[in-house]
Amino acid sequence: MGMLKDMGHREKIGLALIAVALMALPFVLASAGTAWVRIMNFAVLFVLLSLGLNIVVGFAGLLDLGYVAFYAVGAYVYALLASPHFGLHLPFWVILPIGAAVACVAGVILGAPTLRLRGDYLAIVTLGFGEIVRIFMNNLSNPINITNGPKGINRIDSFQIGPVNFAGSDTLAGLVFSGPIKYYYFLMLVLLAVIVINRRLQDSRIGRAWVAIREDEVAAKASGINTRNIKLLAFAMGASFGGIAGGMFAAMQTFVSPESFVLNESIMILAMVVLGGMGNIWGVIAGAVLLSFVPELLRYTVEPVQMALFGKMLVDPEVLRMLVFGLALVLTMRFRPAGLWPETRHRRELSENRA
Amino acid sequence: MDILLQQIINGLTTGSVYAVVALGYTMVYGVIQLINFAHGEVVMIGAMVAFSIITSLAGSGMPPLAIVLAGVMAAIPACMAIGYLLERAAYRPLRHAPRLAPLITAIGMSIILQHAALLIWGRNPLAFPQIIENPSFSIGSAAISAVQITIILLSLLMMAGLSWFVYRTRFGIAIRATAENVHVASLMGINANRVIAATFVIGAGLGAVAGVMYGSYYGIAHYTMGFTLGLKAFSAAVLGGIGNIAGAMLGGLLLGLVEALGTGYIGDFSDLCRWPGASEGMGWMGERCADGAHFVVFGSNYQDVFAFLMLILVLVFRPSGLLGERVSERA
Amino acid sequence: MSAVLLEARGIGKRFGGVQALKDVSLTIKSGEIYGLIGPNGAGKTTLFNVFTGLYPRDDGEVLFGGSPLHLESPHEVAAAGIARTFQNIRLFGNMTARENVMVGRHVRTRAGVVGAMLRTRAERTEETAIRRRADELLHYVGIADRADDLARHLSYGDQRRLEIARALATEPKLLALDEPAAGMNATETAGLRDLIEGLRRDGLTVLLIEHDVKLVLGLCDRVAVLDYGQKIAEDVPEAVRANPKVIEAYLGTSAH
Ligand SMILES: Nc1ncnc2c1ncn2[C@@H]1O[C@H](COP(=O)(O)OP(=O)(O)OP(=O)(O)O)[C@@H](O)[C@H]1O
Ligand SMILES: [Mg+2]
Repeated sequence: MGMLKDMGHREKIGLALIAVALMALPFVLASAGTAWVRIMNFAVLFVLLSLGLNIVVGFAGLLDLGYVAFYAVGAYVYALLASPHFGLHLPFWVILPIGAAVACVAGVILGAPTLRLRGDYLAIVTLGFGEIVRIFMNNLSNPINITNGPKGINRIDSFQIGPVNFAGSDTLAGLVFSGPIKYYYFLMLVLLAVIVINRRLQDSRIGRAWVAIREDEVAAKASGINTRNIKLLAFAMGASFGGIAGGMFAAMQTFVSPESFVLNESIMILAMVVLGGMGNIWGVIAGAVLLSFVPELLRYTVEPVQMALFGKMLVDPEVLRMLVFGLALVLTMRFRPAGLWPETRHRRELSENRA
Repeated sequence: MDILLQQIINGLTTGSVYAVVALGYTMVYGVIQLINFAHGEVVMIGAMVAFSIITSLAGSGMPPLAIVLAGVMAAIPACMAIGYLLERAAYRPLRHAPRLAPLITAIGMSIILQHAALLIWGRNPLAFPQIIENPSFSIGSAAISAVQITIILLSLLMMAGLSWFVYRTRFGIAIRATAENVHVASLMGINANRVIAATFVIGAGLGAVAGVMYGSYYGIAHYTMGFTLGLKAFSAAVLGGIGNIAGAMLGGLLLGLVEALGTGYIGDFSDLCRWPGASEGMGWMGERCADGAHFVVFGSNYQDVFAFLMLILVLVFRPSGLLGERVSERA
Repeated sequence: MSAVLLEARGIGKRFGGVQALKDVSLTIKSGEIYGLIGPNGAGKTTLFNVFTGLYPRDDGEVLFGGSPLHLESPHEVAAAGIARTFQNIRLFGNMTARENVMVGRHVRTRAGVVGAMLRTRAERTEETAIRRRADELLHYVGIADRADDLARHLSYGDQRRLEIARALATEPKLLALDEPAAGMNATETAGLRDLIEGLRRDGLTVLLIEHDVKLVLGLCDRVAVLDYGQKIAEDVPEAVRANPKVIEAYLGTSAH
């Protein structure tokens, strides 16, 4: 891998340690309860989503407020092709690419006419698009039942690789691999691939064109970049990542409904990207992990504290969670517009030269 | 009942509300080119505050009209204060930041306001107390209620008032000068900060009234109502030509009409059994449509789609809106 | 003399009530340095923006190397061989100087998303070539030592040079410079002059907007004068300087 060659010795050792820690993590979490592995899995899923949105918002500077729509498309594609709803049970490795492709097409359909709009208009249009997709999911149960409406789709197949089904537990070398632990490893593999792809894109001809458009669209045009196509490419790439994440979500949950794809989810993913540092892969990952654990943190602090103080719940942690996201957006823009871990092209270039 | 006329009346009513909310977007956008995304939430808070006042006074023996008026009079300053705070605390520090920064802030503020409202007024829809009698009058075979008449007239009045203010008063001229060019306006001694804050405050005040109108028309207030309402009003502003006051009114009324007529007729239009040739033959369709059955692809639950579709279509085909002039970005 | 490289015919452009350009025609020959001068607001920058496809024109057409330019799409203009700099420098501020120039190579290279994701051999070879060419160009304009600095951290003069390097990276036949000496001190201007002389020696055609009269008259083979959107003169520098219409245009505006 090209990435490894650029690294110093110490960095390689650090990376190896992190890898080992991540391999061991699910078992550590499982000892505290399988629920924690599940929580971790959803955090990783949100990292994936954030990295997808980061291509659009962070690299290309296009504010997409309807990103969850592509996540939804991926999830529904999976649900329809692997559940009793239509009686179809295709294997996941067939469906995930289909979901990515359908989401990609949706991205192009939305992007092609709208990407020449100015940034803030684009943001509102994507927002409207997200709502349209949700309205359709809610209503496409009549006259032909496609999405099963607000009730959603149940009993979705779990992943199955050969004899190994991700729904149940397997024991290997004395270790119990529960379903969530299997998903965890799968997610980690996907995450690794997505990180490598993101890094490679960032340092490529296309990646530079994205950043150039973000920095100054007029100058990018004059420098010979077909801004419309390159923006569309960012949109399509981001949408595909969203579609894949959606498919995995459907399989992990074994249930999808329009409820899971509301605007607040888009806002949450955006907050992750913005808080961590638009454009910086590691910053985005950190932002996503941080904000993924906010709800859990609140659940384990705010609830007991309120129960102890007032004897009842005054403030729902869910509400607090959204307040935290809103505040994260506002305060980041005000005090650290580049995020907590800003993109450091400059320093990166320097350190690479030294190594 | 005459459905067409009835839908037009209903459309004009919601359209008037959209128009008044759209004024808030358009004023702010006209002056600082910011989509004040949190405006919809300001409108929602207006409805909520009025709700609280009206319900708490409902049993007090005050005359009903005075109670409603008290609700409106409380909502207006509350919303104005929020509008002012939004501008001061959230947007002003970002005036020279890249374009997307204030928009992201606006979204953040919108989430914050929405969930603050949830904390105060709870998660459930609040039934707006109907303390005033609401007689209906018939026009031909359609009916128009007193509330509808009030909403339409009040909106027209507010629009006229705002036009008078912007075009005939000194401060209005300052607003227009600032919208034209902030720098030049500042050079001519206009306090741009004051003007900008004023557009937020005025927009919020109008929004408060719109919130009460919306609440009393639908009889319900909910902490999420600002989102869709705001998005639709923004679409209306864009449709008319954002930054243009007359455009906001036109866009609002048009959107209201399109929505009402669309919702009223889409079921019929998309009923495949009504399409020529559907019921006779064509195998499967023929069976489905036998005995006057319906096969409605899009029912009235697609109501909210119209506004968004229209927004997308307008932005794609005529981004400057109906009354807006084409402005090119400087290279 | 040599062949015509660019021929503009009857270019017209208005902004609302302002007629920024009116029936402007001019021809630029291969290998020359062609000056474009005129009082403030005469329409020089607007003409650049029309040539490079950034503003839609109202009238006229532009032939480049004998065939009509597709002015509706700026990237095609760049591909055809016109590169430019901006009066108010427009760099990609948060990219390094080298990356700025690498962006300029975009139009002459082809690697796509798939190549980048798989890091194919072709992609890596191309990437190395892009990088090498960028470094050469940075060296050429004299800012090789700033390659790893963010563009927005460069000094004003260096930013001007970087913009030229980025423009050169597109391998233009015609390089259009919009007031490159604006805001430069005497030393920087002298350096810029050497740079432009060098470009001419290397066979490039240059279109130069400049207020610095000494620089224009010293460098240019021919000069056109715009006033209120119209071309009022086009000739060798000495003749333009003596042209009464030109003198009046300049005196007329400076009298205000
Ligand atoms: N985007 C625009 N919108 C409206 N008017 C414009 C625009 N760009 C230029 N103009 C107007 O067109 C006219 C010509 O401007 P232009 O910038 O081309 O002049 P110039 O010759 O480059 O002047 P300078 O020497 O000051 O750079 C001016 O009146 C200017 O105000
Ligand atoms: Mg100029």
